[in-house]
Amino acid sequence: MAGHSRANLPPLSLHVPEPRFRPGDAVDFNGFDVPPAGAARRPDTGDAPADFHELSYGLVRVLDDEGHAVGPWDPKLSPDLLRRMLRSMVLLRAFDERMFRAQRQGKTSFYMKARGEEAVAVAAAYALDADDMCFPSYRQQGLLIARGCSLVDMMNQIYSNTGDKLGGKQLPIMYSEKRFGFFSISGNLTTQYPQAVGWAMASAAKGDNRIAAVWCGEGSTAEGDFHSACTFAAVYRAPVIMNVVNNQWAISSFSGFAGAEATTFAARAIGYGIAGLRVDGNDALAVYAATMWAAERARLNQGSTLIELFTYRAEGHSTSDDPTQYRSAEESGAWPLGDPVVRLKDHLIALGEWSEEQHAEQDKACAEEVRAAQKAAEANGILGHGLHQPLDSLFDGVFEEMPWHLQEQRQQMLDEEEASGRPWARK
Amino acid sequence: MGGEEAMTAGTQPETARMTMIQAINSALDVVMARDPDVLVMGEDVGYFGGVFRATAGLQAKYGKTRVFDTPITETGIIGVAIGMGAYGLRPVPEIQFADYIYPALDQLVSEAARLRYRSAGEFTAPITVRSPFGGGIFGGQTHSQSPEGIFTHVSGIKTVIPSTPYDAKGLLIAAIEDNDPVLFFEPKRIYNGPFNGHWDRPASNWSQHPGGAVPTGYYKVELGKAAVVREGEGVTVLCYGTMVHVVANTVADMGVDAEIIDLRTLVPLDIDTIEASVKKTGRCMIVHEATRTGGYGAELSALVQERCFYHLEAPIERVTGFDTPYPHSLEWAYFPGPVRIGQALKKIMKDA
Repeated sequence: MAGHSRANLPPLSLHVPEPRFRPGDAVDFNGFDVPPAGAARRPDTGDAPADFHELSYGLVRVLDDEGHAVGPWDPKLSPDLLRRMLRSMVLLRAFDERMFRAQRQGKTSFYMKARGEEAVAVAAAYALDADDMCFPSYRQQGLLIARGCSLVDMMNQIYSNTGDKLGGKQLPIMYSEKRFGFFSISGNLTTQYPQAVGWAMASAAKGDNRIAAVWCGEGSTAEGDFHSACTFAAVYRAPVIMNVVNNQWAISSFSGFAGAEATTFAARAIGYGIAGLRVDGNDALAVYAATMWAAERARLNQGSTLIELFTYRAEGHSTSDDPTQYRSAEESGAWPLGDPVVRLKDHLIALGEWSEEQHAEQDKACAEEVRAAQKAAEANGILGHGLHQPLDSLFDGVFEEMPWHLQEQRQQMLDEEEASGRPWARK
Repeated sequence: MGGEEAMTAGTQPETARMTMIQAINSALDVVMARDPDVLVMGEDVGYFGGVFRATAGLQAKYGKTRVFDTPITETGIIGVAIGMGAYGLRPVPEIQFADYIYPALDQLVSEAARLRYRSAGEFTAPITVRSPFGGGIFGGQTHSQSPEGIFTHVSGIKTVIPSTPYDAKGLLIAAIEDNDPVLFFEPKRIYNGPFNGHWDRPASNWSQHPGGAVPTGYYKVELGKAAVVREGEGVTVLCYGTMVHVVANTVADMGVDAEIIDLRTLVPLDIDTIEASVKKTGRCMIVHEATRTGGYGAELSALVQERCFYHLEAPIERVTGFDTPYPHSLEWAYFPGPVRIGQALKKIMKDA
């Protein structure tokens, strides 16, 4: 024991973080420090991770308030690519809207939107090669849409219908699309982080040139797997891009409960010896440029990059969530980094490559495309309308070959259904 | 010893006397030489060759990208292995002691076990997790546990436990080549020799045991097949790992005509061999080191009761570790040794 008396010390106090705005509070982001677009330095991909302090605490931004692309991170994309990115983001938003409504109509059990975070997934998808492997969380459906996955296939999964190639075994939105380099989504948070690092290590060990990218939310960085993955990534210089989508909210918990009061999520990279970038997640060009930079770093065997994508979860966590219970309703509208779709649209208009009329037309076209897809998907059934898979298929795929105990349970189930006389007992 | 695949007609494979450690090392060597996608990883498995020497020499032979040391993070080791499996490799991660597998539970239970099912076969986890397990070595609470029951409860994982060097090699090769995730628990008490349960007598080694004769080349012992270690008419004893030898010795000492079945694979279980045996003997005893409540013995007991009820002449007996953490100084009071197995045999045979 130290030789001093504790009589004169104040009692300890436990700090429990509290978000700035709760329901009913007026929202004022005036104190919010938004670094100007173009201000962040663009380092060489080979630079030592220890030199990324300022980039880990700053914010890489390309699009300024007038919609101009400025600074060293401007990826100088062709208008055609910009338009394709914008279209993917608009299509994603239309898809989300429609599927959210489908859940409300009882056509499926569950949905999760990515509103406000469209750039995070879509711009990254355009910066990666089509055969780079993505390990998404549940809010990167934009990867699938940008990579050209059929909306009908996605909806079939959401409806767990006869067209669902996962056979109705997975909760809606837990897609698996190997063809599109989209790893099977798990409900368990951040488990995909070390898996992505492992995939990248395997690619390196085999002398391949494909890289891996992985996403989690800022809330899930508190999981132990995040730490394990960062350690592995650093130790083996794995060709992996580790994205942290900091949308400020983990269901009802604000980012302070993941440690955001004390540091940034990009800054965690410094301790691991990984290059860390903090990026305006609502700036599609910044997301694209950072992803491209990190991909180049990975491809050149220079190691992994941790990218914090600073954004805002504009809607509820899921169809089961009501955000008005824990945050101010004004917050989303007042978010200082704006709306990623609007910002990219304004950029294209500023370039003279787009117009409000074209945009409105595209909105309509995307809504129509989604509507048509929905019609096609619903022809395969919706969740509420009985079973769409043979009962005994529930035993398929536990193992490569079905062992006796599963065969026995399957037979018992079929016999019981047969005996019950219920009409849906069919093989 | 059944399921010997590579012992083709007319040719006797070259065999050597091996300890279980040497057999495991040989299995890894043989399968790595055959399949460039097999890769070994874990704490201290690389340069050093493993704390039990199971991976000795492999890094020198196959290089650092196929045999490498990892950071001390079990969830990282298994998570990374799953990712490598998804890429197309066939990783063989090691967890240094089964007592330390718990940080990786989420990756094993939520990911490895479910990946094929949840992706409808798009992605699989063809990993084999090797881990020394079991007590009898004064390992105390965290170097003695037998957590197999935790994993046999998980659908989508296979659980394998060898009891001889021959089986260890053949089962390990089969496990690595299996496309499902396999937990391969190695009874470390019998790494260097069979153990008859008499801790106060001199230790024996594998040089005299028939299971210590191991083919030097490739062969497999099929997963899901038990071995009848001793045929008998009086009682069926179901066991695995170290307990196979303790049971065999106790049965011999007592002169009981027991049929001893070494399960070898817990999931999928060789139910036919068990059922046929218990229907013949009318009695069933189950022996494992793991704690009793919710242990794998409970599943075995239930299966035997369901399938052999009308043939049973006595209640099914379970001899297991007690429902306590594994103690240090009181190890031999905890361990289901000859005394407790003997008493249970007497009890189950009293009306015979």
